[in-house]
Amino acid sequence: MYDVLIIGAGVVGGSIFRELTKYNLKVSVLEKENDVSMGTTKANSAIIHAGFDPDPESVVAKYNVRGNEMYEGLCKELDVPFKRNGAMVVAFSEENMTTLETLYKKGVKMGVKGLRLLSKEETLKKEPNLNDTVVGALYAPTSGIVCPFQYTIALFENAVSNGGELYLDSDVVSIEKNDGIFFVKTKDGKEFKARYVVNAAGVYADEIHNMIAKEKFSIRPRTGEYIVFDKSQGRLFNSTIFPCPSKMGKGILVSPTVHGNLFIGPNAVDIDDKENKSTNQLGLDEIKKAANITTSKINYRESIRNFAGLRAISSTGDFIIEENDDVKGFIDVAGIKSPGLTCAPAIAEDVVRILKEAGLYLERKTNFISKRKQVRFMKLNVDERNELIKENPQYGNIVCRCEGITEGEIVDAINRSFGQISIDGVKRRCRPGMGRCQGGFCLPKVLGIIAREKNISKEDVNLDKKDSFVLLEKTK
Amino acid sequence: MEKLSYDLIVIGAGPAGLAAAAEAYSCGVKNILVLERDCEPGGILNQCIHSGFGLHTFKEELTGPEYSARFIDLVKQCGIEVKLRTMVLSVDENKTVCAVNSTDGFMEISAKAIILSTGCRERTRGAINIPGDRPSGIFTAGTAQRFVNIEGYMPGKKVLILGSGDVGLIMARRLTLEGAEVKAVVELMPYSNGLTRNIVQCLEDYDIPLYLSHTVVDVVGDKRLEKVVIAKVDEDKRPIKGTEIEFDVDTLILSVGLIPENDVALSSGIQKDYRTNGLVVSESMQTNVPGIFACGNVVHVHDLVDFAVEEAKKAGRAVYKFLSGKLNNKNFIQIKNGNGVSYTVPQKVELEAVDDNLNIFLRVNNVYKNKFLVARSNGETLGKFKKVHLVPAEMQRVLLNKKQLENASGEIEISLEDE
Amino acid sequence: MEGKIKNIICTSCPLGCHLKVDVENNTISGNSCKRGEAYGISEATNPVRMITSTVKVENESEKLLPVKTSGPINKSLNFECMKVINKTVVNAPVKVGDIVVKNILNTGVNLVATKNIEKA
Repeated sequence: MYDVLIIGAGVVGGSIFRELTKYNLKVSVLEKENDVSMGTTKANSAIIHAGFDPDPESVVAKYNVRGNEMYEGLCKELDVPFKRNGAMVVAFSEENMTTLETLYKKGVKMGVKGLRLLSKEETLKKEPNLNDTVVGALYAPTSGIVCPFQYTIALFENAVSNGGELYLDSDVVSIEKNDGIFFVKTKDGKEFKARYVVNAAGVYADEIHNMIAKEKFSIRPRTGEYIVFDKSQGRLFNSTIFPCPSKMGKGILVSPTVHGNLFIGPNAVDIDDKENKSTNQLGLDEIKKAANITTSKINYRESIRNFAGLRAISSTGDFIIEENDDVKGFIDVAGIKSPGLTCAPAIAEDVVRILKEAGLYLERKTNFISKRKQVRFMKLNVDERNELIKENPQYGNIVCRCEGITEGEIVDAINRSFGQISIDGVKRRCRPGMGRCQGGFCLPKVLGIIAREKNISKEDVNLDKKDSFVLLEKTK
Repeated sequence: MEKLSYDLIVIGAGPAGLAAAAEAYSCGVKNILVLERDCEPGGILNQCIHSGFGLHTFKEELTGPEYSARFIDLVKQCGIEVKLRTMVLSVDENKTVCAVNSTDGFMEISAKAIILSTGCRERTRGAINIPGDRPSGIFTAGTAQRFVNIEGYMPGKKVLILGSGDVGLIMARRLTLEGAEVKAVVELMPYSNGLTRNIVQCLEDYDIPLYLSHTVVDVVGDKRLEKVVIAKVDEDKRPIKGTEIEFDVDTLILSVGLIPENDVALSSGIQKDYRTNGLVVSESMQTNVPGIFACGNVVHVHDLVDFAVEEAKKAGRAVYKFLSGKLNNKNFIQIKNGNGVSYTVPQKVELEAVDDNLNIFLRVNNVYKNKFLVARSNGETLGKFKKVHLVPAEMQRVLLNKKQLENASGEIEISLEDE
Repeated sequence: MEGKIKNIICTSCPLGCHLKVDVENNTISGNSCKRGEAYGISEATNPVRMITSTVKVENESEKLLPVKTSGPINKSLNFECMKVINKTVVNAPVKVGDIVVKNILNTGVNLVATKNIEKA
């Protein structure tokens, strides 16, 4: 019997999970995919938003500024890259400037620090690669960039090392409550018992909710497409550039990533299929067109990947974070659209409060390990590198030439992983294949290392999801 | 830390690197180190097990491994030191090379001269922005070739190939012979980028259809690839609605171009040519940094390894000249591509450094028949060469001898002209 | 009288002439040179190809030996040849040029190694 069972291993589920492992509780997470961070968390803008955008009356507004403040410390504890690179909302007309002034006032009221309105000259001085038709900008120095999957994976690694339990390939099919105890069944026939259930199931949160509680909201996926560019383009901008916001969202951004690439996107299209993460030519053309309004300096020949992600848009248009009235002990954390990544740590704190108010007894662990470490060979100095190679020669073998990732780091990622790790699972953990050749060179090598370390045949190594095999059979 | 020092460091032990090292050695440069990231020398030819290499150099048709073996043996005979499984992380303008491997650890090695022979890499799905799902089963041709020929695994059984360059065509035959069904080869351009011989022997022999002026417009599959949709393209290479054809395939192979692998070079401020995506070199294969030379596919992507080796030998000889103070690195004149020509290599020449002929490699930008390649300088025609048949996939050569070069003053321009 | 005509694209050079070979009368048209004539006649009457592939190496799960036919064989034998290749296993060490299968399919052509493989 678990004290708390969380459904969904995205950044929200992971943040709550880690927060709960700080207490003497038996906590577990159920995830339908073969790894954590496989849904909305995997594919989004990776921005830690400053917090001037949400409606001050919204639930979102409760968490944004606080979440932003928490990131730096969390990323330090978990040893994942984070950069406060600042953001700019740029105006290309006087009308836009009026919107920015409203945005500025709203931001100040919500406690966003350091907000400033910039003149055309100040804007171009900060970001000389903006189109010079720019009129001015709202500058938010607290905005940051992070790697959402490295961050989420780190949350899970840390929570698991603090005693939390994670079940992958565990697709929840039914939830019942008898005598104050939840019985949660998965597709593969497992049954879990828990006193509290947290629904952090992303685009599926409505379906999970409806398994036990009265229908209350629905979640509609809103797809957004992105193009990622080589590091050669990453130097074009220091800050994240937003156009003036509209009803459908924050618009199409141009931003550096925390690893030094550049991306453009996302557009926003409401769809029905919760598994559809495909891109299409119209969408890619749309984001290019929009990005061209911001800058004409991007060399599109340097694109290295396109992808699409789904935001979970609830029918209320806002976050839904509450204990259910009709089913006590069942807590929804649903409709976590942008800036969900930013808000996740603050949401986690609040969910702990909600659980406490719902009667969960909380007692701080004395032996909680807050720190996590990850070796990144290229970040080390010469002496550190040599010491590491002497200790473990696998650190002298560079497997991914584009990103400079060693065999040692890959083996480390595999050893830390939670199941039959995939090639993309390794990529999300330590980046082999993220660079300009997109795994053309290192994919066979990473595949071989996984087969060796996991003692499985090469045909059984997956690219990403279950059954996404890479090799069919031996030629001879 | 170990402080090593050499007269010459060669980065990359493919045919170009090996040939350059051996040539420099035979000229008298004895203190040479070759660095190679793979576990054996030979480069990409190790996985090109088909025959057709070496007609120019050896006057016989060799397979890739046989071709490489000739140069591996040569380097061995010279006793040149080769460090395998060693990745070069950076090269700086002072000719210090940072490299790492499991046995020596992190090394800083200084050299009097460097030859970059790092080859090229493949363009990927991301670079050409193919939309759709992102299932497994999509490979660049070289990766698939490695799996089949080196590791001995079939990537799939029902295959579509995008790109009709030679690598794509060769893979169509390889996969067919190993038991896969290659449903079609799809080419964006209205002409194939491969040799006629490969069209005949890799496609026609096996009844594999070639769709010219078509491209991939959608990729479908949640886990493994299930379906690829192609469509005809218009003159601007945009897909035409209503011309879609679906293929039920589990594998999509991309043979959509090669890009010089010049990341290491660019880290040292070496000038890049945006036409070739490779490095700017002189007649001696010297980059803009004196003492740093380049040859093979890092300079421009070759269609014949023989020409890469020819450049490599030139670089090897030039290193000897450089080390004996015989390269002035002065009075460079530019070589420009004129009408119909998409690039030239070298991009500049020091006339005094030309031994007997100035060899200029170039590519044309379209298919042409019965034209002249003309070299001009300041209105003066230096040379004029009749060409019956020209295609972008086939590298052309213009040879100007010393006498012809006497008339050169200022920029040399190579252009394609009518009678 | 005009005999059976075979259409062939000449591969002797990049020109790619479209040849018409009259197989019965051994005559050819469409070629621009002598080489094309020879190619056309031989391709129409006895088309031959080199076969390259890999064979298994005994006690090596991760290593394959690349091989080729020492000369071209009739192209109708391509898949038969692959059947023999797929059944063949060699013992390391092997040197470039070593005969792997002698007189494959009675063609008078050998299957030979194209790479050195050292003993594991």
